[in-house]
Amino acid sequence: MDSSETVYKALKGAGIDFVVSLPCVNLGKVMELVDCDKDIIHVPVTREEEGFGICAGAFLGGKNPAILMQNSGLGNSVNVLASLYELYRMPVLMVMSHRGTEGEFMGAQIPMGKATPGVLDALNIAYINPKTHEEALKVIPEAWILSKTALAPIGILLEIPFWK
Amino acid sequence: MLNGDIMERIEAIKKIAESLNDELVICNIGFPSRELYYVKDSPTHFYMLGSMGMASSIGLGLALSQKRKVVVFDGDGSVLMNMGTLVTIFSQNPENYILVVFDNQCYGSTGSQCTYTTEVDLHQIAKSVGFKNTFVFEEEIKFKEVLESKGPVFVHMKVKPGNADVPVIDMEPEEIKERFMEEVKRNP
Repeated sequence: MDSSETVYKALKGAGIDFVVSLPCVNLGKVMELVDCDKDIIHVPVTREEEGFGICAGAFLGGKNPAILMQNSGLGNSVNVLASLYELYRMPVLMVMSHRGTEGEFMGAQIPMGKATPGVLDALNIAYINPKTHEEALKVIPEAWILSKTALAPIGILLEIPFWK
Repeated sequence: MLNGDIMERIEAIKKIAESLNDELVICNIGFPSRELYYVKDSPTHFYMLGSMGMASSIGLGLALSQKRKVVVFDGDGSVLMNMGTLVTIFSQNPENYILVVFDNQCYGSTGSQCTYTTEVDLHQIAKSVGFKNTFVFEEEIKFKEVLESKGPVFVHMKVKPGNADVPVIDMEPEEIKERFMEEVKRNP
């Protein structure tokens, strides 16, 4: 099982049935797997902020929503996470390819890569950083249970070494 | 230029809200939510208190997740802020989705600063994105026709600038959400 299959299997294990996505080089195959799954509604979006709006509507409609995104999109989404998700207390599983981490080949990814944990901390969003496939299979479903119970978004940061 | 005979926004909101029964409503942040709450409150209403621009997207997620018809009450400033979502809405093609844009050509909740809808026509933008069923209303509203149209529907509702003198919504955000979710569950 490669990294993409692991993430997909973990989403299924979590009971995720609604996914919005924006691509990252690391997320392409996960998006394909999600797109082929008849039990998951998959909505590619134009911007992460919009994706969080759509996930909120899906939650109101009774779905278990997740967003597949690159960490750079977190910067586009700060207000919606605060003034929609925190204000109304709503859950969402944020699966983020964390660029700008160990092994990054593109210097331009480094500033937002470094800022990402701090932005999540400023928003009081808990996040987990699974290093291995076994850990991802265990913590991603647990993270969704926590998100739904606490009625708050939760982050899964998947750094560059995870995708190797 | 806006036609001199067009309605106040609260009057347009009232007319449309009165024609709704079982439809779910996502209502934009600021005075539009306060005006809707004042003219008609219902468990079918979700009032936004923050996240400007997100009404159209929240409505899309809701429309894709359940069968009931979803009516979004949006504004010109908010649509301009999240215009990319028009493309997503069109491409996802939800039959149960109606986007009503109350266009007063200004940011009405912050002191009526002009928006670019003084220069550009949102109805033409929606048509060029690909929306098949679109309506423009100025002096009168034929919302029955809108409700009978196959979605996604785009309604350009031109209204006067200005806000009605109505109180703030005396419900907590969680109360708004929980009441709405109960209503959705009652008849998904």
